[in-house]
Amino acid sequence: MEKVLLISPEKCIGCGSCEMACSIGNEGEFRPAVSRISVHRFEGGQNVPMACLQCEDAACMAACRTGALSRNEQGVVVVDRAKCIGCRMCVMACPFGNISYSRATKSAFKCDQCGGDPECVKWCPTRALEFLPADTVNLQRKRAFSATMAKALEEVKG
Amino acid sequence: MTGWTGNVLRVNLTDGTIRKEPLRAKDAEAFIGARGLGSKYWIDDVKDLSVDPLSPKNNLLFATGPLTGTLATSGGRYEVVCKAPLTGTLAASNSGGYFGPELKYAGYDLIIFEGKAPKPVYLYVYNDTVEIRDAGALWGKNTHETTDAILAETDPDAKVSCIGPAGEKGVLFAAIINDKHRAAGRSGVGAVMGSKNLKAVAVRGTRGVRVADGTGFMKAVASAREKLAANPVTSAGLPAYGTNILVNILNQAGGLPTRNFQTGHFEEADAISGETLSSTLLVTKKGCAGCISACGRVSRTTGKFAGSGEGPEYETAWSFGADCGISDLSAATKANFLCNELGIDTITMGSTIACAMELFEKGLLTEAETGMDLSFGNADSMVEMVKKTALREGFGDKLALGSWRLASAYGRPDLSMTAKKQEMPAYDPRALQGMGLEYATSNRGGCHVRGYLTSPEILGLPQKLDPDSIAEKPAWLKAFQDLTASFDSAGVCLFTTFAIGGDELAAQLTAATGVPYSADSVMKTGDRIWNLERLFNLAVGFTKGDDTIPPRLLNEPIPTGPAKGKVSRLPEMLPGYYEVRGWDEAGVPTDAKLEELGLERL
Repeated sequence: MEKVLLISPEKCIGCGSCEMACSIGNEGEFRPAVSRISVHRFEGGQNVPMACLQCEDAACMAACRTGALSRNEQGVVVVDRAKCIGCRMCVMACPFGNISYSRATKSAFKCDQCGGDPECVKWCPTRALEFLPADTVNLQRKRAFSATMAKALEEVKG
Repeated sequence: MTGWTGNVLRVNLTDGTIRKEPLRAKDAEAFIGARGLGSKYWIDDVKDLSVDPLSPKNNLLFATGPLTGTLATSGGRYEVVCKAPLTGTLAASNSGGYFGPELKYAGYDLIIFEGKAPKPVYLYVYNDTVEIRDAGALWGKNTHETTDAILAETDPDAKVSCIGPAGEKGVLFAAIINDKHRAAGRSGVGAVMGSKNLKAVAVRGTRGVRVADGTGFMKAVASAREKLAANPVTSAGLPAYGTNILVNILNQAGGLPTRNFQTGHFEEADAISGETLSSTLLVTKKGCAGCISACGRVSRTTGKFAGSGEGPEYETAWSFGADCGISDLSAATKANFLCNELGIDTITMGSTIACAMELFEKGLLTEAETGMDLSFGNADSMVEMVKKTALREGFGDKLALGSWRLASAYGRPDLSMTAKKQEMPAYDPRALQGMGLEYATSNRGGCHVRGYLTSPEILGLPQKLDPDSIAEKPAWLKAFQDLTASFDSAGVCLFTTFAIGGDELAAQLTAATGVPYSADSVMKTGDRIWNLERLFNLAVGFTKGDDTIPPRLLNEPIPTGPAKGKVSRLPEMLPGYYEVRGWDEAGVPTDAKLEELGLERL
């Protein structure tokens, strides 16, 4: 079953647990600078987690000339380090900044959903990050909004 | 080393030299980090403990703990350590936000500032690149303007800790503000920074913090987080209402100090409560690094007190609210915003205004002197006085010295609601006996975050104690003080202690550092830190006589409210406290105690 990362910025409290969980999982140390997900905190209290959402028509893949980027069976765009020549055209192509380049490994790196069990989702304390079945991912948002509607209707009746 | 980065940055502002040196591993194990290790370094480096706090000889440390910057439970804290101008004790002021972790990611456990820069400067740290930069154009700017200007000229992802005008002008309770809204608030650490011509510290770190046992660490964190998620305070109360949930609770216990502690019950408490805040000014909640509770309040005010920012915390809603007889939450919130922008401690500011209001009420202060009506309840004057204090304009210049010096100047030091010259926070010691003992014995003077007995006395955590009883309080206070010292020193938030204790801290510390800590050794380490602070105080001349609270609280029964008729029974508790501490009758640690802790007299 294909699953997708659902980010709900309105639930994010800006704690950065996702960045720390991602970096220790992928790099073996707490190091937000190389986390595949990053939280951006804004003055008015809004916090926006940013990570690759595995575009259907992925600009990074289109820009890659060596076949280092491909989509796996789970629909995740993955990097083959052996094929990556470090040209960073993918970094340039992604309109969201969700693929990065590591000088240490001399290769592109990005979110690979931890192979199907994302650490960031596990450690997010407010469920601002969820990992849900792709074909029904939006249902929960509809459910949340419909609950507001239901309450309003109830008040109108009362 | 793991947990710790193993590096100390030593910056001499007088001659502009910058040195990187290895962290002293033995001291790190024995004092953990942040508050404990920072104090140990301060004492060993400065040596002359009698140093004038505002002289170049007073070192200023930005100190993290081994858990700062990790996924540990609320591990986003750091501590500012120096000798305090308000009290003459050691200051260790704790702050959250994101600055502390960034310092670890840059590769440092401590930054030690020595001397005084010849002109205004700020320090910029980008991993190994460390520069003392000109801050001439920043001098005079508030903390928000300063932060924005530094981010624009360095790195937008840097984290900034800085002072506002209050710190520059030597307000004795000036704060250091990081991430615009988080304060290393108490004891005047901002004035020390200002005295060094140091406007800000900006840090960008792109490295990592390693732990000794990754799998074990994540297991320890997961287990501790489960307890936080199951605890009503850390999982429900703090997220929903912030710390200001306490206003109504303390008022119902008769322990909400009102009009400069003249009583313990405020008729209009609900107007300044967390519940009211949530339904009116609150925009959203915000968490510091690694925190699941998000007690931070992002709020907005409109009308004549229009503004935006973060707060108020309980202590602030109280100091600018009940303590000044003010029920306008917008005014208290605006005063909070101003304190963050101008760089002032909200507790001492509010309590000092409350003291001035009582002097005014008693006719000892006149409108000719203050320049405005300072009656209890006058919200306009209260907000105006915050600005005047930060800039040391008019009567604000007198308020800038804190309530003890203010009240003494008018011959009534008894009207200053302080312990060791630092203003006590929002718990009336007549209604909460344990908190009276806490204020009297706190090594940095009047303070609630050195041994928060409100937790058992009011919240019933970890178990309910009768707030009016005294017999068991000395032993409970010692345990809370020791545990708190270790939590502070590890770099994790004190608020996690509502749900977790020594076992959970030890498990996280052990997995992070590789040093085998246990619940017992965590308590003993806290005891060691507590006694080190006590030895400092004794060495600079504090005595048993300073372990006290204002006579009002000892002699004048609370006149109204649920705790009506009660006084603090501190004198009955103090001998028992010295005994459980292993101190003699004069409050001096015995030789046996010091030997047990591996400490020497200073």
